[in-house]
Amino acid sequence: MLVNVPGPWSPLLGRLALSEIPYTNPILAPLFIVIVLAGIVLIAGVTYYGKWGYLWKEWFTTVDHKKLGIMYIILGLIMLFRGFIDGLMMRTQQALGDGPGDNGMKVMGAIHGYLAPFHFGQIYSAHGLIMILLAATPLLVGLMNIIVPLQIGARDMAYPYLNALGLWITTAAVFLIMISLFVGDFSHNGWFGYAPIFELAYSPGVGVDYWIWTLELVALGTTLGSINFLATVVKMRAPGMTWGRLPVFTWTAVSANIIALTSFPCLQVALALVGADRYLGTHFFTAGFGGNLMLYTNLFWLWGHPEVYFVILPAFGMLSEVIPAFSEKPIFGYITMVLASFAIAGVSWIVWLHHFFTMGMGPYVSTEFSIATMLVGIPTGVKVFNWAFTLYRGRLTFSAAMLWSIGALFLLLIGGLTGMMLAIPAINYMVHNSVFVVAHFHMMLLCIVYAVFSAIIFWFPKIYGFKLNEAWGKIMFWLFSAGTFLVFFPMFMLGFMGETRRLDWPFNPQWGPWFDVQEIGIFVYILSVLAFLWMLYVSIRDRHANRVHTADAWGTSRSLEWLTDTPVPFYNFAMVPHINALDEVAWRREHGFMDKKPDHFKAIHMPNNTPIALYIGALTFLVGFGLTWRVWWLTLASLILAVILMIYRSNKGDPGYIIPAEKMEEMDRESKARMLSDDSHQVPHGGGFSGGTVTAYTALDRDASGSLTPPNDSRHL
Amino acid sequence: MHAQDKVVDPNEVVLWSDDYEGHDVISTRTFGFWMYVLSDGMLFATLFAAYGVLSYSHSYYTGPTPAQFVAPWYTFIQTMALFLSVLAYGFAMTALKSGSKAGVVNGIIASILLGGVFLGLNIHDVLRMISIGVTPETSGGLSAFYALTQVHAAHIFIGLIWMLVMLYQIMRQGFTEDTVGRLISLRMFWQFQAVMWVFIYIFVYLWGYMS
Repeated sequence: MLVNVPGPWSPLLGRLALSEIPYTNPILAPLFIVIVLAGIVLIAGVTYYGKWGYLWKEWFTTVDHKKLGIMYIILGLIMLFRGFIDGLMMRTQQALGDGPGDNGMKVMGAIHGYLAPFHFGQIYSAHGLIMILLAATPLLVGLMNIIVPLQIGARDMAYPYLNALGLWITTAAVFLIMISLFVGDFSHNGWFGYAPIFELAYSPGVGVDYWIWTLELVALGTTLGSINFLATVVKMRAPGMTWGRLPVFTWTAVSANIIALTSFPCLQVALALVGADRYLGTHFFTAGFGGNLMLYTNLFWLWGHPEVYFVILPAFGMLSEVIPAFSEKPIFGYITMVLASFAIAGVSWIVWLHHFFTMGMGPYVSTEFSIATMLVGIPTGVKVFNWAFTLYRGRLTFSAAMLWSIGALFLLLIGGLTGMMLAIPAINYMVHNSVFVVAHFHMMLLCIVYAVFSAIIFWFPKIYGFKLNEAWGKIMFWLFSAGTFLVFFPMFMLGFMGETRRLDWPFNPQWGPWFDVQEIGIFVYILSVLAFLWMLYVSIRDRHANRVHTADAWGTSRSLEWLTDTPVPFYNFAMVPHINALDEVAWRREHGFMDKKPDHFKAIHMPNNTPIALYIGALTFLVGFGLTWRVWWLTLASLILAVILMIYRSNKGDPGYIIPAEKMEEMDRESKARMLSDDSHQVPHGGGFSGGTVTAYTALDRDASGSLTPPNDSRHL
Repeated sequence: MHAQDKVVDPNEVVLWSDDYEGHDVISTRTFGFWMYVLSDGMLFATLFAAYGVLSYSHSYYTGPTPAQFVAPWYTFIQTMALFLSVLAYGFAMTALKSGSKAGVVNGIIASILLGGVFLGLNIHDVLRMISIGVTPETSGGLSAFYALTQVHAAHIFIGLIWMLVMLYQIMRQGFTEDTVGRLISLRMFWQFQAVMWVFIYIFVYLWGYMS
């Protein structure tokens, strides 16, 4: 059954050998030393300050959806940085290696530029996989994790333990792809893989195996997460939170997770079959023996395209929360917004062939997929117009979050229109596999990144109780936008000039100036990364000055997450709210109910923390690592141990614990006191390029009896 | 007109859910499991698609085609074993309604035995096919044949382990919110595997035999 691998293999260590560690590589070896030193400093620091117990109790074993969400976001940001470094290396390689001559540095056996083709191949493969599945996905899942339960008035996700399991399995995938830097190689045939290059005969190393098991682990984690989100929204909504009152972000989370639930199995099967080819010697995707190369491509993109919408839909949801809050108006066309999300989710299933029109499936099939692809433009257009009409005659505040959202709209426009071009097979044949396509999908993915930064700035005060520094948020936005412009507009141009993607050696000297512009863009991006870090530093330093003393941190927000205390206590809502309207918080604010507190409390039931999710996550890493290196005993032992842990946990169950009503009342009082702990009650309000106020904030006038003066502005459009 | 425009009496308005007792645990868990079954359905759909694409005559390369090695009558016995196992599990669930621990335990034991018969026959069938040279390494078509049938068999194996765990839990813990929810989920799982088997039997074994 098992295939014999080329090279040495031992039962104890599988294919592992000292020679697999690239200690002579002048990039990886210093990086390894830096990471080890940083790790030692981190561990020493945590030990010195005695924080291990805190980390273990409050973070590693937690089942709290907010903390899990924060960890997802940290994971996503770290991987976003890793993916960015990959991008930087690719840009630098092309800038250095351009032209006919041998102008490279030749440090690692490269003839052009500084990277050998095999190394370059690993970098672009890792860049794609990381950015889509280990940066964008964890960032979005993290934000959904934090916000969705709050928006529907739930205390936690439907399955808190499963939620932790999803995080730790995703973390295992991150560890697997990170360790591929220092032990062995990563896959070198693109993030989506090509048949039959990934077959053992053509890729005999462990790179493809790392790729397979990283993807399988992410797929598993995301599928578990999607079940959790759907069950949470369907079953855990607070009374009165009818489907017609669900915030748009939650709606997009529902549509996105329906996509994830149904599409990730396709990826799991596609990669399991690649695995079967490589480990068991089957012939699913081989060039001979009755295999079918295009079957792989079809199965992969059958997942791949829905996945694209899985990541863009929550981003649309975030824009739909940020734009109304800073336009001081309800979202325009709520129902069409929801319908458009589901239309996009539905159409996502019938467009996958546009990723390879050049397969040559004939005019009829191509036409179907071309039209289906263009259909996506209709609901997306509806959304863009809805956002524009929300802005129209709104009382706009150009806060940092709003700038990121508006930036996302611009990128969506460019990415969407170039997408329409690519939907036409005749054009697609011309630009297939060119960097025009690369520039197009970077516009879409950067639209997601913009929405994520917008959402992080927007929801940060809700979770941490203080705002991020507005000025630095805006500086970062402008730097990031300049970087985007400088990197990707030349890329569109180069696409038209015929540059194909993934060139380790761009041979045409006339492309040189464009590569230089892109390289400058990358340096601007570096500045924006520094601005981000500085923003975090400044915000944490000035956290007392930036404290938020109201539940509704921005004073103009609309949905339910802004009803509970800031920062959100672990039980979310002391009393589960009863929902009376779409945009409940806006409704309560306009009717003067924001300060009305529940007059009594009830006992609540909370889940216990558990380390088992962490253990199982660690074991899945070992399963992946064992499979990659063909260490069978490790794989089997970890798998069996994971199953035993699952059964153990199932037998033990989790009775949770009860917080009695009196205790709830006390905790609620403390939480409110903390929130109001100093006298500055004004709603902080940012605006303008560098944080000054552009529009004045009008508080609702309220007379002594607590009744209200209705607002007299355009909120009632 | 917006909801915001309605006149609201501050003394009448309900802002906090007084009589909300939280979500129902069993229904939430079974709903989530139903979602899992949906994703499992997609997994089988993808495998069926792969099998469909890899069932042209050239997919079998120079190796045998299903008509030369499948044994529909033999597999029919497997089918009956699995159906009876589902039936036995159904009896266990009826016993659950009347709260009979013995009925549930007996039903699950019968279900395990019949599922074990199914799995045993499957292993025997695989060994028979391998002994006559029908191996997954022969051709793409046979790879797909084995992938589809053996992924299903793996589900059956997991189901049997699950039933053993449930036997232990029911005997130790009785009918709690946890165990009842798991019994209902397991029923969904078990019936779903039987349904998948119907498709496999028709499209792989019967159709394969006829073609």
